[in-house]
Amino acid sequence: MTAPIKDYLKRSTGFHAARWAEPVVCEMTGTGRRGIVFDDAPAPTLPGTAMRKVAPALPEITEHDALRHYLHLSQMTMGMMGVSLFGTCTMKYNPRIGERAALEHLRNLHPLQDASTLQGVLELYDNFSDFLCEVSGMDQFVFQAGGGADAAYTHACVTRAYHASRGELQQRDQIITTIQTHPCSPATANTAGFEVITLTLEENGYPSLEQLKSVVGPRTAALMVNNPDDMGIYNPDIKEWVRIVHEAGGLCFYDHANFNGVMSRLRARELGFDACMYMLHKTFGAPKGGGGPAVGAYGCAEHLVPFLPSPLVVKDGDSYRLDDDRPDSIGRVREFWGNAPQVLKAYAWARAMGAEGLREAADISVLSNNYMDKRLGEVRGVTRSNPDITVPRMEMTRHSVEKVTQDTGITIFEISIRMTDFGIDALWLSHEPWLVAEPFTPEAGELWSKEDIDYWIDVFEHVVTEAYENPEIVRTAPHNAPIHQLTTALDEPDQWATTWRAYQRKHVS
Amino acid sequence: MTKPHPWMANSGGDAKQQMLAAVGAQDVEALFVQVPADHRMQRPLDLPPQLASEVALSRHLDDLMAKNETCADNLSFLGAGAWPHYVPAICDEVVGRYEWQTSVFGAPTSDHGRNQAWFEFTSQIGALVEMDFVGLPVYSWGCAIGHSVRMASRITGRKRVLIPAIMDPERLSVLENYCAPTEMERHIEIVTVAIGADGCIDRDDLRAKADDSIAAIYFETPSYHGVIEGNPAELCQIARDAGAEAIVGVDPLSLGLLEAPGAYGATIAVGPTQPLGVHMYAGGGVGGFIASPDEEKYAREYNTLNVSISQTRQQGEFGFGLTLFHQSSYGMRDEGKDWTGNSVYLWSLANAAYMAAMGPEGFAEIGRLIMARAGSAAQAINALDGASVDLSRPIFKEFVVQFADHDVATINDALRQRGIFGGKDITGEAGITGAAALFCVTETHTPDDIDRLVTALKEVLA
Repeated sequence: MTAPIKDYLKRSTGFHAARWAEPVVCEMTGTGRRGIVFDDAPAPTLPGTAMRKVAPALPEITEHDALRHYLHLSQMTMGMMGVSLFGTCTMKYNPRIGERAALEHLRNLHPLQDASTLQGVLELYDNFSDFLCEVSGMDQFVFQAGGGADAAYTHACVTRAYHASRGELQQRDQIITTIQTHPCSPATANTAGFEVITLTLEENGYPSLEQLKSVVGPRTAALMVNNPDDMGIYNPDIKEWVRIVHEAGGLCFYDHANFNGVMSRLRARELGFDACMYMLHKTFGAPKGGGGPAVGAYGCAEHLVPFLPSPLVVKDGDSYRLDDDRPDSIGRVREFWGNAPQVLKAYAWARAMGAEGLREAADISVLSNNYMDKRLGEVRGVTRSNPDITVPRMEMTRHSVEKVTQDTGITIFEISIRMTDFGIDALWLSHEPWLVAEPFTPEAGELWSKEDIDYWIDVFEHVVTEAYENPEIVRTAPHNAPIHQLTTALDEPDQWATTWRAYQRKHVS
Repeated sequence: MTKPHPWMANSGGDAKQQMLAAVGAQDVEALFVQVPADHRMQRPLDLPPQLASEVALSRHLDDLMAKNETCADNLSFLGAGAWPHYVPAICDEVVGRYEWQTSVFGAPTSDHGRNQAWFEFTSQIGALVEMDFVGLPVYSWGCAIGHSVRMASRITGRKRVLIPAIMDPERLSVLENYCAPTEMERHIEIVTVAIGADGCIDRDDLRAKADDSIAAIYFETPSYHGVIEGNPAELCQIARDAGAEAIVGVDPLSLGLLEAPGAYGATIAVGPTQPLGVHMYAGGGVGGFIASPDEEKYAREYNTLNVSISQTRQQGEFGFGLTLFHQSSYGMRDEGKDWTGNSVYLWSLANAAYMAAMGPEGFAEIGRLIMARAGSAAQAINALDGASVDLSRPIFKEFVVQFADHDVATINDALRQRGIFGGKDITGEAGITGAAALFCVTETHTPDDIDRLVTALKEVLA
């Protein structure tokens, strides 16, 4: 799979994932074995009824067993060990240098240490804020948000504080977004107490100015959008959008989730946005970890700085301190000041790239996607979203196998699962709602070689051919995975079990 | 680019030319026609020089990070939300695995191992708290409190929550954000309940405030100040009698000794995950869990992603897949339960390995050890002139030290000169009169460490 051999599919289909017959760890109880021991201490006297009566039903295994078990599980996780062009997530190499540096240098830091002992990490924060300010045109970045969605939430909180400071919060109770904006924007706006207005797409692939104007007004608190969207379509009216929202007194937030293709070409502040967000675990090379720890780096222009979460890293002469005495701040969206290891890893990635590397990565991302578009367009039954928009798309494109499904009954979900038999982790299909039938959204990014990309498309094409010629092999996939298709109806209350305790109660006793 | 970049395959060789030829473009610029000219940055980015060489980058990171002083170079007694617990070496090896570091959603079949490990995280948390439904982790303990209070508000249809008057200001600030400002229609009102001289919730004040307007009572045991609640069942009963949820915050490392919240009537349990095999990482190790009974009224209010065990087409084989996905913001956007997204899922793998290696006896042993070490430190400090600890309070891991004649900043500066990071300065916080610090003592502190602290404090207070 590493630089796949030429004509791999003709020569071999020998890939098979590791298949350890690994028990659920909770099954390994009652053995009397120990995995870690501590010095003895006397049993304390506890007040009232505070003492635990029944020992927790945890495994009793040796240290070696625990390690083996979890390494077996890691081996049964494909991740990026094969080829993963998982769209909207910008699959990048997660450089090991960052991993090593974070473990070596940050593991034993406490966030409440005196600032004089935190000068290295505070300088890191300040340097990386400066770096991202240059990239975005903003004036200050903060890293407290524990993910991209948390940064969107940070923006919703900043929006509240900004309008409250002007006595307009009661009046401004609406946040505007678009149906193609990531769900985190409407969801966090709603959680923060705003009414959400979602604009629909029109024929150009984005909502019209007229639609925007029809909802903007004295109740508008903010606009929260991404651009380009997941279809690879760039909204050329976005500057006018920002102007219209500003004119009505609202703030504009740029969810820069799809930043990879426009790095070094676009700056959010120059488009007029008040704030933006980058995902360090995505665009800036920190690992995703299957879902964090992550960082939504939130940046804003000067007029929003007073409202940023605290503490803020401040440079005083040659030294740095944490400023927690900021009366207009929204306080914390999460304890302390962020996932420092991820900030370090992203900073390492960014420094290794430099300005020329960012430009090169953007170029390769967009070029690779257009190359994929070209080849995928030649695969039987595959169409592109918004087929009338023929200009080159940005760093990803949404495609559809609706025709394949009509012809063969095989869905994109089944195709995706079948592709895992060839060492390609499941595809990103689409966020809800599915505006395109049977969608899939690959994103090549800058990491993967042309050979990897060709292999991915070869496998895709092979599976589509199977759908026409031997649908059963697709329908019953995977065949080379650690396990077989799931069969339990997991959304049924009497069937789901999110713990071993629940499983035993519902399915065993 | 002067050289092919090690992290970009197509920056070397003729791959770009091949792809350009295939798409029929003269150059890459032709592919950016969607972006209007007046949207574009008009100059190159002005960034620090590229460090593509790993040896140069490594040196730069080492030089930068050498400006820190760590809790390994010094003797630290800081806790309060990020605690110095021992992280077994296997936990670092487990979370360092590239397979799941690089995984994203995948499929239940292709990313089976990670999904099973997630289920083992939720299952072992469930065993510790004795509750049947556990979600995948959220960003932090404070965020877990925020989401669980909002769950309680949706379940009860009420807009008021009772919390202890003494609460970690970090967590409290997070909760305040989750409850929205008073100007907003959906604001949840936070009402504090007095803390008695014993460090526990004042029953009379709680009863007076626990009427049919409250969605939940939230309390912690051990508390922010480390105090163990002697009768948590009574507090939960008061909540349930008011038709409210009983949300309890617990330290999972205490649960080998202390009763499980599920056993004394808590309806939602929350807590931190960092103590379970994750380094402090300057606060970047924090995470939180949410647990409850496996009843629809709770399960259908989780904002988290949730993973369930499943049968597969192969008789006797287990798989693990998402359940209740549709109620998340991924499924329902602004109509979903709060929001979900990337969280701290990688840490949950360290947590799972930690809990599995610890087992029931490991949790009991570490609980006894922490109580013994923290208790002996409290006693020794209390014996010093100018420092006092209320020894009548049963404490776990953390305790309040009152200083008679010096402010904490002065004391901590002097300790730092002796290579010691003193407790968190809590002077001026709720429930504190005079100068006070919150000290944290865990299984990582030896009797010699405690002697060293006491000796240094004696000098400093003299």
